[in-house]
Amino acid sequence: MTILESRPNARSAFGAPAGTAAAPPKPGRLVDLFEYGLDSPICLTWELTYACNLSCVHCLSSSGRRDPRELTTDECKAVIDELERMQVFYVNIGGGEPTVRPDFWELVDYASEHHVGVKFSTNGVKITPEVAQRLVDSDYVDVQISLDGATAEVNDHVRGPGSYDTAMRAMQNLFDAGFENFKISVVCTRQNLPQLDEFKAIADKYKAQLRLTRLRPSGRGADVWEELHPLASQQRGLYDWLVAHGDNVLTGDSFFHLSAYGEALPGLNLCGAGRVVCLIDPVGDVYACPFAIHDDFLAGNVRSEGGFQQVWRHSDLFQKLRTPQTGGACTSCGFFDTCRGGCMAAKFFTGLPLDGPDPECVRGFGEDALTKRKEVDSIPKPDGDHSHRIPREPRSAGSRPVSLTLSLRRPESPPVSACEDNPLAGFRP
Amino acid sequence: MVTLDLDTAWDLHPQVSVRPEPFGALLYHFGTRKLSFLKDRTLLSVVQSLSAAPSARDACTGAGISAADLPRYQQALGTLLASSMLVERAS
Ligand code: SF4
Ligand code: SF4
Repeated sequence: MTILESRPNARSAFGAPAGTAAAPPKPGRLVDLFEYGLDSPICLTWELTYACNLSCVHCLSSSGRRDPRELTTDECKAVIDELERMQVFYVNIGGGEPTVRPDFWELVDYASEHHVGVKFSTNGVKITPEVAQRLVDSDYVDVQISLDGATAEVNDHVRGPGSYDTAMRAMQNLFDAGFENFKISVVCTRQNLPQLDEFKAIADKYKAQLRLTRLRPSGRGADVWEELHPLASQQRGLYDWLVAHGDNVLTGDSFFHLSAYGEALPGLNLCGAGRVVCLIDPVGDVYACPFAIHDDFLAGNVRSEGGFQQVWRHSDLFQKLRTPQTGGACTSCGFFDTCRGGCMAAKFFTGLPLDGPDPECVRGFGEDALTKRKEVDSIPKPDGDHSHRIPREPRSAGSRPVSLTLSLRRPESPPVSACEDNPLAGFRP
Repeated sequence: MVTLDLDTAWDLHPQVSVRPEPFGALLYHFGTRKLSFLKDRTLLSVVQSLSAAPSARDACTGAGISAADLPRYQQALGTLLASSMLVERAS
């Protein structure tokens, strides 16, 4: 399950463990109820654009270039109207970099007026002091700054040169404006896990809340997962750190596969894809989960008849996902009840069976499965690559300036004029 | 544990929205940005009738809750009060 920041176990009225409540209306744990899906999503991610000023190597949506078929302002407003009718209380807006859409603030205001709260994720590029002030004045808007290293060196390695400074400047602006409790969102990697305490210190300094999430092999993340995903030896430390910090650190409930180390982590231990979670992408396609941009998890499009509500409530895919999960190879595992075999998207994009162990199964079954899996070229590839066509400068440390050799060659004929209409102009066989 | 006074009049916090679901309902507080879940349709009727009932006890009786079940519902309402979902109302 991803991004659900609530703590249903702690806050549900009648949240007693299954079986302790005697007599009348029964029910058990929320996870068991949620397996059958809800009338409206709880955790809806809406990516407004694939355009982005950065080229993070692990981008879950392979963003970079704007898709010309992007939903128009009016279409976006129609989606918001629908979300209001369906009582989707808030959306997580992302991208790409959502703030680069020229109508971004218009849409945020429109959502607020229609009782749809917004939490948007940004790399900070547009969070000027003026914008920060505006955000403080709004009750309905929450901000999440992405940061993947507590130092520029670690952060910029994955997010690109200058991105650390951009994020820090945005945080300073929010802090100066008095925006308390904004989120700092960190995707945990092999390189930044040793910095957890430093991340916490940054969050405390800016009166922000730290949010840690799991790296998944989605989008461009599929290309770098082997290099960036935490080592088995680091997972235990992460689990202990999360247990020690409890409710003070948000996780989007994304680490439930670590529950097998001991007590379950707070939150909802369940893959919510298509049940309580979904994604609307910039062109209106509805996927089961933001980490599952692939045809196999495409349920429909908001532009089709019946709109989002029809897709959410009646699409074949979502109906299929709303059945109790079977454990496959995990069934005999004593931790299945809390771990649930981990993340569907992580399994899918590493070529593992969906009803078996997670690639990062803490008992090591995932690693075994990875070594035994089918040929590498049959692993599904994420759909919809919107990456910038010109790759960003190399990431390797110690990259050197490129030396150019200037040659002096005299043109044999005058340069071809820009107005030349002969298609073979300048061509010398 | 917050104990809710059954003989007082209560209402939902003005910033709280209720969304019925097959299993019960979802409550969202726009001020605290917190969700709560009602895992029971009877509890939902109680919550929905609070604003018109002279007291929480009346709301519970109106929803058909027996004396034996009352403590459970009182406790559930207490949980909602603790997360600022309910406010006292002048009856
Ligand atoms: S596929 Fe993974 S990220 Fe998506 S809802 Fe399921 S567990 Fe969460
Ligand atoms: S075997 Fe399956 S259920 Fe058990 S810990 Fe591994 S992934 Fe989780």
